[in-house]
Parts: sequence; C-alpha cells; structure tokens
Amino acid sequence: MNTIDKTTDEVLRLAAEHFKVQRDQLSPDDDFFKKLGINSLQALDLLTRIEQHFQIELPDYELQGVSDFRTLAQRIQSRL
Amino acid sequence: MLDLRQYNSLGEALRAALERWPDEICLIEADRDRENARFTYRQFKEQALPLASALQSAGLQDGTRAAIIMTNQSKWLVSAYAIFFCGGVLVPLDYKLSAAEQLQLLAHSRADFLVIEYHLWRAVTQAEQFHNLKARTVLVTEAPASADLAGAHRWEDFRAAAEPTFIPRKRDDPACIVYSSGTGGRPKGCVLSHENYLEQCVALTSLYAFWPGVRYLSILPTNHAIDFMVGFIGPFTCGATVVHLRTLRPEFIREAFTKYKITYMALVPMVLKNLERGLRQRFADLPPRKRKLLNALIATNRALTRRRPHLKISRALLPQVHNAFGGELRALFVGGAFTEPETLQFFYDLGIPVGNGYGCTEAGTVITVNDLKRFRGDTVGKPLPGMEVKITNPGAEGIGEVTVRSRTLMSHYLDDPEMTAETIVDGWLLTGDLGRLDSSGHLQLFGRKKNMIVTEEGKNIYPEDVETYFAGLPAKEFCVFAANYLWPARTMVGEQLILVLHPETGQEITKELAAEVAERNRRLLNYKRISGYLAWDRDFPLTASLKIKRAELAEQIRQNRDRCTVVPL
Repeated sequence: MNTIDKTTDEVLRLAAEHFKVQRDQLSPDDDFFKKLGINSLQALDLLTRIEQHFQIELPDYELQGVSDFRTLAQRIQSRL
Repeated sequence: MLDLRQYNSLGEALRAALERWPDEICLIEADRDRENARFTYRQFKEQALPLASALQSAGLQDGTRAAIIMTNQSKWLVSAYAIFFCGGVLVPLDYKLSAAEQLQLLAHSRADFLVIEYHLWRAVTQAEQFHNLKARTVLVTEAPASADLAGAHRWEDFRAAAEPTFIPRKRDDPACIVYSSGTGGRPKGCVLSHENYLEQCVALTSLYAFWPGVRYLSILPTNHAIDFMVGFIGPFTCGATVVHLRTLRPEFIREAFTKYKITYMALVPMVLKNLERGLRQRFADLPPRKRKLLNALIATNRALTRRRPHLKISRALLPQVHNAFGGELRALFVGGAFTEPETLQFFYDLGIPVGNGYGCTEAGTVITVNDLKRFRGDTVGKPLPGMEVKITNPGAEGIGEVTVRSRTLMSHYLDDPEMTAETIVDGWLLTGDLGRLDSSGHLQLFGRKKNMIVTEEGKNIYPEDVETYFAGLPAKEFCVFAANYLWPARTMVGEQLILVLHPETGQEITKELAAEVAERNRRLLNYKRISGYLAWDRDFPLTASLKIKRAELAEQIRQNRDRCTVVPL
C-alpha cells in the first residue's frame, strides 16, 4: 500500500470510529456529508480527530470544497 | 457611542472612533489557543494608515472598487478601514465560494483592487478564468517568504510613509457592493450606501448596546452582512472590542468564551444548534440528582425571567452554565436562516437571551429582531426602529409577502435595473418571504414566495446559479427549482433544490444520465447540491428569447406531479 492509500485508509478508519459506523461501509470516494449524514461543523470535529492522530494542524479552510475521503486524505498527505 | 448622525460615511465614523478611544482594545485575533494580534484603536490606526497611503499611491481614490476575500481576521478590518479612508467602495466577497465564482464576481463588480489571503490567491491563480482578472493591484496576506505571487504584492510590505489624505464621502455614496447570492446566471450585487450602514448601526445599537469593555466574538466571516455590522461597524463606533477567532471548532469557541469574557456573539442557526446539542449532552451526562436540581433551577429562572431577562439572577441561579460561557455573556445573535423556537427557548431558559433576527442584504442586513421586552421564540421579533414592515396581499390568515421600507434599503442591484425594478417597488422592498404580523407587532415567517432556499448556515442559494453546473447535461432541457416553490410548504427549515429533467424526445432517464446528474451534483459544494430529480416529459414553456418561463413551468409541474415523484439522489 503506498503512502496516500495508507493515509486514506487511516482517514476512513478514524471517520468510522468517530461517527460509529462500520469501516467497510465507507470507501475513499464516498461523499462524507451524505454518507455520514453530517454537516460542516461535524466534519470539523472529524478534522480535529484526524489532527490528533496524524499530529498535524489542518486549518479549517483545508476542508473547503472537500467532500470525499480521498481528497481529504490528499490534503492531509500534503502536510505530513 | 459616537453620534452617527453627525457623520457622512463609514470612513468618517471609523476615523472618529480611532481618535476617541485610542487606548481601548479594538481588535484581537485568535487562532485556536494562540493570539495572533491585539490592537488598541491607536495601534489599529497605525496599521491602517500606511496601508491607506500605499493604496492611494497605487491609485485608489473615491469611488474605486476594492474587493476583500479573506477569512475573518484582523487584516480584513484593517484593509476595509484603509479602503474607506481612501473613499473606496468595498466589495466583500465570500471566501467560501470557489475560485471560479470569486473571479466571476470580481469581474462583475469591476474591482480594481483586491486583498486576498494567500491560500485563496493560490486557488484563484490556478483557476481557468484567472486570465479574466482585471484588478490592477492585488495584495496577498500571509504568503510564505518564497511564494510566487503571480504579480501580486505582499500585504505586509505594501506600506507607504507619507501621510494619507482622508477622502470624504457623501451619505448616499455607495459604501459597499455586497453579493447577496448569484454567480452563474445573474449576480445580485446590492449597492449599499454609507447612510444605509450608519442608519442600521444606530437602530441596532439602540436595542443591543455596545460600549468600551464589551467584547464581541466574531466567528462568522466578515463578508457576512451580520458580522460586518455587529462584528465591525457596531463595536468600533462604540469603542468596544472585536475578538476574531479563525476557527469554527467547538472546543476553541468554548475556550474563547472563557478566555476573553465574551459579551456578545453572532452565529448562524447551525452553530447555535451545535452549542445546544453540546449543552444538552452535558446535562444528560449529569448524575440523576444533579440533573434534577439543574432542571429545577432552569424552571425557576424561566419563571423569574418570563417578562424580561435578568442577567444577575440567571448568573446566580445557573453559575456553571454562565461560567462556561465566560460569565459575562449578555446575548447571542442569530440570523441568516430560520432558527427553531425550541432552540431559542432552550437558551433563554438558561438565562442566555438570543436576539433572533430576520433580514436580507437588500434591506441593509436586519429587518426585525427580538427586542427581549418579553422574549418570544416563535417569531423573528419586531421591526427595527425606522423600519416599516407591511404584509402585502394577506390571505385569510393574514399571511402575505413581507415588504419593507427604510433608510437602510440598498439603492439598487449593480448593473441590473430590471431586477432592481422587480425588487423595489415604490420604495418598498419585496422580500419574497411569506409572513404575518401579530397583534403585538412581532413578525412570524411561514415560507417563501420566491424560488430560492436558505441553508442553516445562512447561505442563499438560487436555482439559476446551480443550473450552470449542469450545463451540457445530455438531456433535452432541465431546470432547477426550490421544492417549496413548486409545492408551497409552511416551513423555512429543511429546504431543498430539485432538478427537473426532460430527456431527449422518446427517451427515458437512463442509468447513465442519472449517474451523470449524481456525479455533477457531487462536484458542487455540499450546501449547493440538489436533493433529487424529477422526470418531465413535455417541452418547457419558453420566452421569445428562448428563456424558460419558470413560473409557468412551475405551475405545470405543480398540477401534474407530487413531491413524492422526486427521485432522491
């Protein structure tokens, strides 16, 4: 598994844990707003969880225009 | 506060404020638990005037349009003041729009100057339409030292030593061009005068006063009409302090309340709801005995504040709740979209009054607000002083279109006399919202007459704009509608857009076409997405210039289809 795939996988795992859904119900191209039924504030909560895990800081604007796990993972990857 | 009737422009009033309270703190910029900046009114002036001087040297003069695209932060306010000082017209743009949308609005406004944050500038320079940018001077904030700024200047270095010349403006000169919505089909640039803002500020601060020592927490973007007024013009003209928080993370909002002893904060229903959810969870987690005690205290507070708020009593009865908000919170303001009465009552019962308001950019922000002289969660309050509200063509229950007349109304939509004439008739603004004034003068809202939706984040979405994202769809024709416009509903929550799809003659909506619709929808910002599509099998009624006759099509759909025929996406 290459690095971006690994990051995507971690993001999916964290999202599943945070929103209490089965990991295998989520896939990289899922629209997380729709799939998890969350709003932008709840998505920011997930960002906080992701920051703690990867020990990075993601400004709120990094979530702007992002709605799928794969793109989110790319934004994280660029800061690792 | 300053007597704003003595001033002719925002620049003049702000300039007087900087002289009047030199040693008071006017602005704090916090980012998470860090503090990036803290300025007294004197220091704010020292930040802004060298910038104003450089802007003047670069050609910014009276009437020059200058856009700002930034998250809420101190440089937004410093730049805005410098622009007003030079007599410029401010164009505050939404940083959450896509770069392509921002470029469209920059072109529409014909802004000559642009102040923008680095990460947003990077996106703008990478957009296909970047070559259309006509702004002759671009200032970029917070750019890394090695960054290629594509011809733009570094905001932090854009300073001149010469004393700038203050340029006076008249009351009816334009102060701002604010886009209430619209990027694709028909941008709606509301031209608001200095008088509009000064009058609005007088009216609002007569109900919710600011003074030196008041601290306003700003989490909404300053381009948002509410934050521009209550998070900039209002506090500054009263010697108060604005605390910018550059994140919406709930944990840092909570921290900011206690760290800065916040007095007021404006928010949109979604954030208020989130605060409510957090509090309810904390209450539910209490041991049964403590929870019972808390409920009894809340009931006592409700009884004692039935007629009007009593902050001292509420703080004494519920100290833990109030301490969690810093202990000095006087009120929250909510607007931009509809808020459920239960949420408003929840906070009021805790001794935290919520000034629930209703307004629109065209009316100069706020039309009505709860004056708390007996709190009402079931209305959007009474008209602001100086605001005339009437209900036109009321039905049997007194419900009709909310129309407004006031000195705060915009003068016109930029470059759109036709839409201006449709919106302001004989000096009255037709809001397109359906409401009723009750016997005590409170306004209740019941839905919309116009084809649009408002999200719980306070964003106005017009179907015509969303349509542009479906251009080239392999179908004969299509049209986007607000579902509540097609099938009127007495609600202002959970509004949705739908796509009416007419496939090629003799064809049905194939799996491929449905997948294409879903894919394009996915590419839209989440709050702009359609919730489903409706199959339609007749030609759309068209005007002579081949535009869709929306009202006629809506009527046909209303008569032939139910809401349940929408295929969800």
